[in-house]
Amino acid sequence: MRVGGTNRDTDAARAFENLGVNVEVLHLNDILRRRNLFTYQGLVFPGGFAYGDYVRAGAIWGKRMLAFIKEDLRKFAESKKPILGICNGFQVLVEAGLLPGFELLQETQQVALAGNASSKFECRWVYLKKNPQSKCIFTKEMLDIVRFPVAHAEGRFITENPEVLQRLVEGEQVAIQYATKNGTLSNGSYPSNPNGSALDVAGICNPEGTILGLMPHPEDAFFGYQVPEWTRERKIETYGDGFGLFKSMVDHIEMAF
Amino acid sequence: MEIQYQASQTLNFMNLDDKEAFALCKELGTRLSLTEAKAIQTYYKKIGREPTDIELQTFAQTWSEHCFHKIFKSEIQFGKTVIEGIFKSFILKATQEIDTNWLVSTFQDNAGIIKFDETYSIAAKVETHNHPSAIDPFGGAATGVGGVIRDVLGVWAEPISNTDVLCFGSLDFPYEKLPPGIRHPKYLMKGVVSGIGDYGNKIGIPTLNGALYFDPSFTGYSLVFCGCVGLLKNRNYARSAKAGDVLVIAGARTGRDGIHGANFASEAIGSNPDALRPAVQIPDPIAEEKLKRAVLEIADRRLASGITDLGGGGLSSGVCEAARNFDCGAEVDIASLPVKYYDLEPWEIWISETQERMLLIVPEATLAKVLSAFEREETEASAFGRLTADRKIILKNREVNLGTLDLSVLFDPPLSRLIARPPQSEKIPADIAKQSADNLALVQSQSNYSQDLLALLKSPNIASKEKIVRTYDQEVKGNTILKPFQYPFSGPNDAAVLKPVPNSERGLVISCGLNPRYGLIDPYWMAASVIDEAIRNNVAVGGRRIALLDNFAWGNPERPEVLGSLIRAAEACYVMAKGFETPFISGKDSLYNETPLGQIAPTLLITALGIVPEISRCVSSDFKEPGNSIYLVGSMNAELGGSEYFSLKKITGTGNVPHVEPVSASALYRTLSRVIDQSFTRACHDCSDGGLAVALAEMAFGGGYGADVNLPAFVTKSGKPLATFETLFSETNSRFVIEIQKGTEDKFEKMMKGFPFRRIGSVFSGRLVVRDSAKRRVIDLPVVDCYKSWRSTFA
Repeated sequence: MRVGGTNRDTDAARAFENLGVNVEVLHLNDILRRRNLFTYQGLVFPGGFAYGDYVRAGAIWGKRMLAFIKEDLRKFAESKKPILGICNGFQVLVEAGLLPGFELLQETQQVALAGNASSKFECRWVYLKKNPQSKCIFTKEMLDIVRFPVAHAEGRFITENPEVLQRLVEGEQVAIQYATKNGTLSNGSYPSNPNGSALDVAGICNPEGTILGLMPHPEDAFFGYQVPEWTRERKIETYGDGFGLFKSMVDHIEMAF
Repeated sequence: MEIQYQASQTLNFMNLDDKEAFALCKELGTRLSLTEAKAIQTYYKKIGREPTDIELQTFAQTWSEHCFHKIFKSEIQFGKTVIEGIFKSFILKATQEIDTNWLVSTFQDNAGIIKFDETYSIAAKVETHNHPSAIDPFGGAATGVGGVIRDVLGVWAEPISNTDVLCFGSLDFPYEKLPPGIRHPKYLMKGVVSGIGDYGNKIGIPTLNGALYFDPSFTGYSLVFCGCVGLLKNRNYARSAKAGDVLVIAGARTGRDGIHGANFASEAIGSNPDALRPAVQIPDPIAEEKLKRAVLEIADRRLASGITDLGGGGLSSGVCEAARNFDCGAEVDIASLPVKYYDLEPWEIWISETQERMLLIVPEATLAKVLSAFEREETEASAFGRLTADRKIILKNREVNLGTLDLSVLFDPPLSRLIARPPQSEKIPADIAKQSADNLALVQSQSNYSQDLLALLKSPNIASKEKIVRTYDQEVKGNTILKPFQYPFSGPNDAAVLKPVPNSERGLVISCGLNPRYGLIDPYWMAASVIDEAIRNNVAVGGRRIALLDNFAWGNPERPEVLGSLIRAAEACYVMAKGFETPFISGKDSLYNETPLGQIAPTLLITALGIVPEISRCVSSDFKEPGNSIYLVGSMNAELGGSEYFSLKKITGTGNVPHVEPVSASALYRTLSRVIDQSFTRACHDCSDGGLAVALAEMAFGGGYGADVNLPAFVTKSGKPLATFETLFSETNSRFVIEIQKGTEDKFEKMMKGFPFRRIGSVFSGRLVVRDSAKRRVIDLPVVDCYKSWRSTFA
């Protein structure tokens, strides 16, 4: 799904197309008109600056959906069809109450993506560590340590209070964390944790693992040629680390629906 | 709400005397010269009526330097010779004389277009937004980006990469010495950098190539070059508008922003820049993102017959130029144009430069489809006129006539013959000349080259700009193959490489060249050097079949020696483009760049676009493996005039600006391209600012290795041996440092036979060691120390 200001929809669509998925990029207005969300098996909120990120990143898109298609979203999420939010999409999932999802479509927001600690837009490749204990269906096929680029100004994960963070950890909802090349967590150190996120959180899922929001961009690390250091051996692999994430989502859909 | 416009005001202009006519033009906010005002008077006397305000404003827009480029078109008396226009005699001439079959459109449309493969072309444009950025750094830079993106959309291409080259004054300029109203370079830099990043990031186009340059002559000012490269599906390039087709405006509503922007571009910025703020437009990248989607959909469905950006001069320039290009006239209803405020005068609507607007020309039959394509993207679009068969522009408010313009008169401004004098190299005051001579003697007698290298690496023009560049998105669209900084340690790459077409391994290489400091000494060799730099940066990563874009930023051309230096640079453009067989495809000049502190350094930006047949053949600049051989390719001369090293040593006005021999250099580049295609070539980097020593350090950074180098004894062409500091820091053009896989040196040497090259050492871990020809260690540093210095300036 996209709205005015979404800009990484083609990147994500290209990854799915490569996996043989029939992808449609629909404007929110099309969905409001057609009301056919449920005819799809998976939903992706791509990156960008939806509605200029005015008010707060992702806020307008999130609230517009709650105002017009809240019940459609609920039905979609309850059916365990996977929902992926990348970067601005993660911010949308949080604003719409789909994440952290302790209670579906909860009205008060318990987590947020605040301005980066550097107070700047940051574009760089980072290492990420997945939580193998998580129920997250998106990381099943993904390597334990992966490398994706980040490109955002508002990605610092914060929670309303320490209890929320505690609950996320205990529920194994912290699916992906910023780390160093050898897999030790960044422990808040810049630039391996590029934004100052609490507990190095790069992505969280709902308790069921069917909704994932993450700040880094697996769609720009999907093909081998997108990965930075291929010039070292002058050999381009077919896929980058982002492949595993998209493959996991597609596998889940094929098995469950 | 129905708008009740006034009929336009008929002026009392025809019978004014010179002084009064000129005064009236000024009062109306135009910057028409006396000659121009008189030419307009003569025309209206001939047709026997007074002009209306909207007519006079249209003349002022069309005849502005910004829109018509009078200086580049005028005849110039240069000593005893007469030049028939700089553009025609040098830039265009080179393109016309170079025999190629891959140019699609040059200097005609909103952007230059070259072939990419059988299905796609590449469109490119680089604009300057210097004046607006000096007044409102954020807004000026952001609208510069927005404007150049629309230029690329204006040839139906999808924007795939932005470029930005920025020049500022010295960041350590003392605040108390700033004249009133003049902004500090730090303030300007902060605003410009955020403006560039904000627009590019939000619209979702990666910013992939550029440069940041600092020179005292830019203090109180900034040069902001914004470029955009687009991918054009050949079948989408619609340019078939005809009489009867409908004029459609799409995007933002017209407001009062940017009125007379095109006119003020030719004025020096005085002591009260805030007063000029209304002439700067307001950026809205999200509006442009939506506009872009709709335009690309219309392109893909081939629903329109013409398109153009609305930039400088607004609708006035957009409509008049489109009508002229399609050999038509136009009839326009000002009341049909969507506006932000209802108290706008018709002439204000007509010349406003409100951003995020495009003009489309649409056949009646597909009009409804075009309007609904915009509606789906929540973008306003309205039909407001038609092309007509005669060559007249008729402006109306519903039924009331506001003005009529004859295109043949409108596009025939009086061009006066300009006077140019050969530029004098800067006259150096005696005390500075003496100091320079003393410093040079000191350099020759010592020195501590390790300390010199560390100091050079800290120099703002050489130091790592990573902190700044990482605030730009380089990954969006997922096509970036070679990034501005090479991981893991972010060494600088020479050029960016994109893979623009899915399912094709063909790559596009974007690079640039710029060196204002050379321009202060010798504009001819400055221009030659930056052309070589742009081309060699492209070649260094694997690029070939190169096309160039030129952007001149000069001072006040009404000063004969300023115009003379412009001519010298343009001469070099012709000679170099021919010698390298690299045609110019698009260009833009920005003149009258001066501040209360003086003229800016003559600055030519060259952007180069090359092709790599297969992206996997690209090389990055970082050393890959200890033990591999390091070669220096290219000749070596003592050319330190305007160099970073002389600047560090406070030596001004002496030394040779590096020369270029385009024919032998291009033969070298052709061979080098074949060398780079081979897997034994592991790394390649060009030698530029700071010479060989800095090139070696930069190659060490990317991979975290070092180098062990033994310098041979170099002699100049005249047989004079080079001093150590000359070998280390001379900025001789057309040189590269190359890493060759150990054990394959003979293969490399065989291919390079007949060209100047020397094996100078091998890749090493941890330290950068350089010995002179007498085996003395002249540089011996831990690479990590070099790295820390290099990153400390913009930390």
